[in-house]
Amino acid sequence: MARAISPRRKALTTLAAWSAAFVIFFPVLWMVLTSLKTEPSAVAMPPQLFTADWTLENYAEVWQRSDYPRFFWNSVIIAFGSTLLGLAVAIPAAWAMAFVPGKRTKDLLMWMLSTKMMPAVAVMIPLYLVFLKLRLIDTHIGLVLALMLMNLPIIVWMLYTYFKEIPSEILEAARMDGAGVFKEIVYVLTPMALPGIASTLLLNVILAWNEAFWTIILTTTKAAPLSAFIASFSAPQGLFYAKLSAASTMAIAPILILGWFSQKQLVRGLTFGAVK
Amino acid sequence: MKMTQRALLGATVSLALAGAAMAETTITVATVNNGDMVRMQGLMDDFYAKHPDIKVEWVTLEENVLRQNVTTDIATGGGQYDVITIGTYEVPIWGKQGWLESLNDLPADYDVDDLLPAIRGGLTVDGNLYASPFYGESSFLNYRKDLAEKAGITISDAPTWDEIKAAAAAMTDTEAGVYGICLRGKAGWGENMAFLTTMANSYGARWFDENWVPQFDQPEWKAVMTDYVELLTKYGPPGASNNGYNENLTLSLQGKCAMRMDATVSAGALTDPAQSEFADKVGFALAPDAGLGKRANWLWAWSLAVPASSDAKEASKTFINWATNKDYLALVASKEGWRNAPPGTRTSLYANAEYAALPFAKMTIDSINAADPTNPTVKPVPYVGVQFVAIPEFAGLATSVGELFSAALAGQKTVDEALAEAQALSVSEMTAAGYIK
Repeated sequence: MARAISPRRKALTTLAAWSAAFVIFFPVLWMVLTSLKTEPSAVAMPPQLFTADWTLENYAEVWQRSDYPRFFWNSVIIAFGSTLLGLAVAIPAAWAMAFVPGKRTKDLLMWMLSTKMMPAVAVMIPLYLVFLKLRLIDTHIGLVLALMLMNLPIIVWMLYTYFKEIPSEILEAARMDGAGVFKEIVYVLTPMALPGIASTLLLNVILAWNEAFWTIILTTTKAAPLSAFIASFSAPQGLFYAKLSAASTMAIAPILILGWFSQKQLVRGLTFGAVK
Repeated sequence: MKMTQRALLGATVSLALAGAAMAETTITVATVNNGDMVRMQGLMDDFYAKHPDIKVEWVTLEENVLRQNVTTDIATGGGQYDVITIGTYEVPIWGKQGWLESLNDLPADYDVDDLLPAIRGGLTVDGNLYASPFYGESSFLNYRKDLAEKAGITISDAPTWDEIKAAAAAMTDTEAGVYGICLRGKAGWGENMAFLTTMANSYGARWFDENWVPQFDQPEWKAVMTDYVELLTKYGPPGASNNGYNENLTLSLQGKCAMRMDATVSAGALTDPAQSEFADKVGFALAPDAGLGKRANWLWAWSLAVPASSDAKEASKTFINWATNKDYLALVASKEGWRNAPPGTRTSLYANAEYAALPFAKMTIDSINAADPTNPTVKPVPYVGVQFVAIPEFAGLATSVGELFSAALAGQKTVDEALAEAQALSVSEMTAAGYIK
C-alpha cells in the first residue's frame, strides 16, 4: 500500500527538487545568457543576469572564425567510435566476468576501476611518446583508442552490473538449445540487456564528448574535437567571455539535445537495471 | 608521330616541374587567443597573396594549455607545431635547451636592428635570436585625470610610491563606487606575482640572493607586502584578492578604478571610446619607484619561434618574417588604424609621427626602455627576468607563493605568516632542485 503524502510535504519536496535542479542548471543558463550579451555587458561589474542589448553577434563571429562543422564531426567520430569499440570489447569481457567468474574476477574488476583513480597527467608523457612512435597523434583512430581505453573500466563495470541481474538459467536454456557462446551473447544476452547497454552507450558518449584533457593534448588540427574548439576561444588576458560562452554553448548543444531526448532511457537504465 | 610524342613529353615534364614548384607546404601555428593574434588571422589574405605555396593551419589555445601542449611536443621532439607563440619567460630556457631554431638567418628586410633593444635582449641567448617579438609590453600607471583634478592632486609622469599612496587616499570615493587603486590580487605567477615581483624590484627586494637563497625573510619584502595589502585593503575594490588582469581592466573601463597599475597593452582598450566612456579622461604615468633607482614595471613579449623539431623550418621562418616585419605593422595600420598596430617591438613604430601622437605611445616606449631583464633589482641577482625568474622551477614556485600572498590580501593570513611560509616553501623547493647546496 502506497504511503499517503500530505499536499504540504509534496509541495515542499517539489520545491526542493526544482531548487536543486535550478542550482545545477544555473551555470548552463548563465553561459547561454552570457553568449547573447555584448562583451562589455558580459563582464559588467556587478554581474547582470539580463541586459538591454541582446545580440547574436558572438555566434556569428565564432562561426566565422572557426570551422565548427569539422570540430563537430570529429567529436561525433571520436565519441561514438570510442564508445562502440568499447562496447565491442566490454560485452564479452562483462559476460565472462558475470557468468563464468574466476577466482580473481573481483580483483580484476577492482584493478580496472583503480586505473581510473590515476591522475591522467601522470601518464601524459609516456602515452604521448607511444602515440608519437605509432603516428597516432592528431588522428581519429588514435583518439578513439585513447578514449576507449580510458572509459573501458566504466563500460565493463556498468555492463557487468546489468549482466549480473540476468538469471543465468536463461542463458543455460539457450545453451541447451544448442546456442554457442557467440549466439548466446548476440541473440540472448544483448537483447535482454539492451536498456543497460543503451544507457552505458549514452553515458560513455557523453563522457567521451566532454573529455578535454587527452583530446586537446593528442590533437592539433585534423582530429581536434569540440573541446579544442572551446579552448581556442579561452584567454586569460582579453575580454572574450561572450564569445567563449557562445562557443561553449555551440559545443554542448548537440550532447545536451541528445541527453534530453534520451533521458528516459538513461534514467531507466541507470536506476532499474536490466530486467526489472 | 615523333613530334607529337616530344610535345606530350615536354608538356608532361613542364607540368611536373610546375607542380613541384607550386608544391604546397603546410605549417601549423600554435598561438594564444588575444586581440592581436586574432587580428593577424584575419589578415592572412595578404600572406597568401605573397606566399601562395605556404598554407597555414592554426591551433589556438588558452595560454596555459598552449604552454603545456607545446612543452610536451617540444620535449618529446614531436614536431606537431612549426611555429609556436611563446613568452619571454620560456625563450631563454628553451633556447638554452636547444629546443628552438635560431632566427639569425631571417632576410635583410626583417631588419633585426629595428627591434627594441630591451625586447631583443630578452629573446636572445648567447648571441642567437630564438624568437621574433609579435608584440611587447611593459606595465605602467593609468589613472582618471578628471578624478585627480577633482581631488586637487597632480600625478607626475614619474611618480613615487608615496605619491601613489597619497593619490589613492585622495581619489577613493567608495560611495560613488570609485576605488583609489586597482592592482592584481588573483594568485598566479603571471597574475599577482608578476605585479608583486616588479613592486619588490622597486623596493629593493629580490627573489634570491647571489647564492639562490630565497629572500622573503628580509625587511624589503615585509615593506612590499605591508604596503600592498594596506593599499588594496584601504583603497582597493572589494574582493581585490580575486581580481586579475581582466577584472581590473573591466573596472577601469567602467571608470571604477581611479588608478591602475597593469600592462601597457591595455592602453588601446582604455583609450577606445567604443569600449569606455572614460576614454578621453585617461592619463598615463610610469610605474612608481621608491627612490632606489628601479621602477615597478615589467617586460614581456609574445613572440613567434620555430621548434627545432619542425620539418618545415624555411616556410615557418617565411611566416615569422611576414608576421613580425615592419610591413605587417603598416598593414594593420592601413586596415584598422595605427592604434591597433601590435605595440612594443620596433623602434620604427615609435618614430612614426602618427603612432607617436597616440596618448599612450610615449609612456609605453619609456616603460619598456626602463626595464632591464639582466639587472632587474637594486641588489645583484643570479637570474634574468624582470617580473619572473628565468628558471624552469619558477612558474610552479611563484604560483604557490602567489596563493600565500593572495591569502594575506584576503585577510586569511597575516603578512608575516605569508612571508614566513613563502620563505620555507622556497627554501625547500630550491634545495630539492639543487640550487642550494
